[in-house]
Amino acid sequence: MGKRIRVCLKNREKGLWVMKHIAIGILGAATLGLMASAASATTLDTVKAKGFIQCGVSTGLAGFSAPDDKGDWQGIDADFCRAVAAAVFGDGTKVKFTPLSAKERFTALQSGEVDILSRNTTWTINRDTALGLNFVGVTYYDGQGFMINAKKLPGVNSALQLSGAAVCVQSGTTTELNLADYFKANKMEYNPVVFEKLEEVNAAYDAGRCDVYTTDQSGLYGIRLTLASPADHVVLPEIISKEPLGPAVRQGDDQWYHIVKWTYFALLQAEELGITKANVDEMKNSPSPEIKRVLGQEADTKIGTDLGVSNDWVVNIVKAVGNYGELFDRNVGSGSPLKIARGINALWTKGGLQYAPPIR
Amino acid sequence: MQEHDMSWVRTEMMLAQPAPAGVTGLGAWVRKNLIASTGDTIMTIIGIALVAMTLPQIINWAFINAVWTGPNRTVCATVAQGGIQPDGWSGACWAFVNAKFGQFMFGTYPIEERWRPILVGILLVVLMVPMLMPSVPRKGLNALLLIVGLPVVSFFLLVGGVFGLEHVETARWGGLLVTLSLSFVAIVVSLPLGIVLALGRRSKMPVVKMLCVIFIEAVRGIPLITVLFMASVMLPLFLPPGVTFDKYLRALIGVSLFAAAYMAEVVRGGLQAIPKGQYEGADSLGLGYWQKMYFIVMPQALKLVIPGIVNTFIGMFKDTSLVTIISMFDLLGIVKQNFADANWASAQTAKSGLIFAAFVFWLFCFGMSRYSMYTERRLDTGHKR
Repeated sequence: MGKRIRVCLKNREKGLWVMKHIAIGILGAATLGLMASAASATTLDTVKAKGFIQCGVSTGLAGFSAPDDKGDWQGIDADFCRAVAAAVFGDGTKVKFTPLSAKERFTALQSGEVDILSRNTTWTINRDTALGLNFVGVTYYDGQGFMINAKKLPGVNSALQLSGAAVCVQSGTTTELNLADYFKANKMEYNPVVFEKLEEVNAAYDAGRCDVYTTDQSGLYGIRLTLASPADHVVLPEIISKEPLGPAVRQGDDQWYHIVKWTYFALLQAEELGITKANVDEMKNSPSPEIKRVLGQEADTKIGTDLGVSNDWVVNIVKAVGNYGELFDRNVGSGSPLKIARGINALWTKGGLQYAPPIR
Repeated sequence: MQEHDMSWVRTEMMLAQPAPAGVTGLGAWVRKNLIASTGDTIMTIIGIALVAMTLPQIINWAFINAVWTGPNRTVCATVAQGGIQPDGWSGACWAFVNAKFGQFMFGTYPIEERWRPILVGILLVVLMVPMLMPSVPRKGLNALLLIVGLPVVSFFLLVGGVFGLEHVETARWGGLLVTLSLSFVAIVVSLPLGIVLALGRRSKMPVVKMLCVIFIEAVRGIPLITVLFMASVMLPLFLPPGVTFDKYLRALIGVSLFAAAYMAEVVRGGLQAIPKGQYEGADSLGLGYWQKMYFIVMPQALKLVIPGIVNTFIGMFKDTSLVTIISMFDLLGIVKQNFADANWASAQTAKSGLIFAAFVFWLFCFGMSRYSMYTERRLDTGHKR
């Protein structure tokens, strides 16, 4: 009897051993497969082979990525992907957009479902390291701001005058925490009016349940358009948090990272040199050596080919979407209903933070 | 014999007389239905007051003040809001719905290819209408075309890539196209699968029974939103890179299996209502298991659970909105997505869009509900009370 039990146990152990090794084998094979396919083709090769760039955008954020009447994606984030497509293919239309929710976005990039994540995503150290992303730069410097009802709070032109105000805020967000920190640091009192959903916050603010609305400043401009009397509401100048929004790519493919990164710099450089969508063809014959160099008009230039694209890549980018300033104005600035001021998103030459290393 | 005096008895029938004035006509209807008692009178007054307070405003907002066409947000905003309407104006922004109508119907399906979903829609109507009318013959052929032919033809038409049709990825599908195609497939798959599962759960074969119970209870124990989310977020991490499993297909399978589990329980309810005598009667006639189910049990059981089946269908139709969680845009999803278009952002946009979506959902659900009531009446043989 005892012997039989022991034999049974032994057999069971053997079974477990076999199963364990099969499992390890499968995992190993899968890992090898992953590594093999990751090593075999660069993102640029795969993108060129399929003929388009798969671009992850938001599921709808005014001015950044939102569908227009025809269903085409418009906004800073969407146009940035068009710029990369123009650099790679010479054709800004070779992009396919994948709308991604906030929860899906990193998985989609890691798993290769999208080639670029251009989805109003804040650049943080954790995302650069633990999540395995490479942020290419900051296409929009955002930050938490305040909007007030000027009729209810006349004479207020700074967030430091908001002591005692009722503040509408979405619960469970970093916005809520930043708000508490800011008021505490400035020794001010406030009454939080907290809601779970963004729509509820909007409705409560519009109905006058609070004097102040706080969220990312770019969002405040979009929300203002939906209020019953937008003219009564003022976005205050203070920014109380850093939300640098930018596109990201997967780690482990430096070539692709450089293409996307230098597309961003090319947009800035074009604005700095005054190259616009309208004058880019004239600019090719400009006497300025710097403009000629950037536009790839120098004899035996290798700037573009070294990057892995054609030498007239900057021409293609500007022809497709314009320079950074045009892109900004069209989507969120004076040319759009949002009318967001350039502010810190101006070029470094105009007192802003947008700065591109030299293209040479 | 003394003759009785019968002069007080009529010798001929009196002609049919109209009902007395007191019980017919508008006055009597009002008396009976609106002011029969003090309680009724109070309720009537409250009801009339409520209607009088709200209806004019609703009509005013939805029709009289509404804007039907326009290029952008300015037509739906007052001067103070940066538009062209006089201050104090409030009306529905149907211009938004109008401008986005193509998207609401087909998502971002390429505009020059939209004849394909339209053709599928026409085919659906052409096959569905005779199917729903009991008097039209050849039901068998019709059902085959609708349940097998239509999905196959639609698949090739909508996806393309064959017969010179341009390939359209399912990522570009959206709006009513997604809502209808998801729920149509879910309905077509779930009813037969649900019947099989219900029979399996009542089976005397332990393995079959156990499998069916495990499936039904597992699926019913997980929220649909979790199934969709896992399929969308977790699955890609397990697959080798480059292998993508179509998101639409994931949703389709998830929703169909989900519907089947619920359908199984509805059908099982019907099976339990059939008296044992029916089974025994069928056995004594020498019918086999499938014959017994097909000829005796199922026709009675399904007829009993029509309300439950249609309830599940309607629930499924509305649950398709949950695919928004995996960034697929059904009718509601695409309406909400378009709120982000700054060119149309106004105080009226969101209300108008949501009311439009609600109206479309209501049309379909109400249609299903009325048809099920009609079917119940038609099949009501001997259970009328």
